[in-house]
Amino acid sequence: MRLGRTRLRAPAKAGAQSGRSTGLLHSQEHNWLAVLAAFLAAVTAAPALADSSLPPAALANTQLPDPRQERQAKALMEEIRCLVCQGQSIADSDAEMAGDMRALIRSRIQRGESPEAIRAWLIQRYGNWVSYDPPLEPVTWPLWGLPILLILAGLWLARGRFKRRAR
Amino acid sequence: MKRLILWVPLGLFVAFLAVVAAGLYAPAEREIHSALIGQPVPEFSLAAGAAGKPGLSSADLRQGRPHLVNVFASWCLPCRVEAPQLAALSARGVPIVGIAVRDRPEDLARFLASYGNPFQAIGSDSDRRVQIELGSAGVPETFVVDGQGIIRHQHIGAITDGDMAAILAAYEAAR
Repeated sequence: MRLGRTRLRAPAKAGAQSGRSTGLLHSQEHNWLAVLAAFLAAVTAAPALADSSLPPAALANTQLPDPRQERQAKALMEEIRCLVCQGQSIADSDAEMAGDMRALIRSRIQRGESPEAIRAWLIQRYGNWVSYDPPLEPVTWPLWGLPILLILAGLWLARGRFKRRAR
Repeated sequence: MKRLILWVPLGLFVAFLAVVAAGLYAPAEREIHSALIGQPVPEFSLAAGAAGKPGLSSADLRQGRPHLVNVFASWCLPCRVEAPQLAALSARGVPIVGIAVRDRPEDLARFLASYGNPFQAIGSDSDRRVQIELGSAGVPETFVVDGQGIIRHQHIGAITDGDMAAILAAYEAAR
């Protein structure tokens, strides 16, 4: 395990030992169970001391009173990537940092800032990575261009086949 | 020629599998680097986090001397691991300032008493705004900021013995 972040999971020792208590099993199955138990323990264990002891930020889990603003904030939160639980949006994540980012977005929207300005502000700090809505750039053009190219290629293939049938 | 073309879909499929397998066996870099390297420290001003040490503001980082800005917390385990390295850097005369993320004064005091206090100033970032402002994605992280307040280097994770050379080199380069 790499030293560094506070994302470390609790050790899976307890789970590995529970596989050992079933003495009737053959050694092969026994190992299998131990691995499975260790895996389950690793997957379900709570992160060890990864959060502070302060309560969540005021606007992390509370909606804005103005429904229009809350809608804007929610839409943006669904497109901002959580930094500690990568692969989730901050709207979906239960991580403390995601809560702090939700609070930041809600308070800025409440102050009248536009969602796109907040997104730009976050991209300025964390790079395009933080947004689930990547901008059109030389690196990202295949995301848009490739589907169109593939559809064109498919049409061309289909055209060839239909021609042959007609003959 | 026709025969060869028949193999193209299978070839593409195998290539696709190879890409997926490569991604599984060697996962991509998961560290999120701040996009502010080479740019000025954003404006901020934090109240003191611990008794006896001043708070921290961005103006403090523009006084002509480079600084190490350590983003840390008393509740963060790797922050305890890097304490001896921070003490060694401080002993070498490297000025270190701290940003304590989401911390309570009493927890912070206990942490500093147990693991040492190499900090010249500690700002209390209780709502994590300044950490986000800096483009930092976790604790601990250490920024090297030059005398003009420009961020020159970011170290992600605990500073281990093996990282000391790189940190010192970045600090020397910022002088």
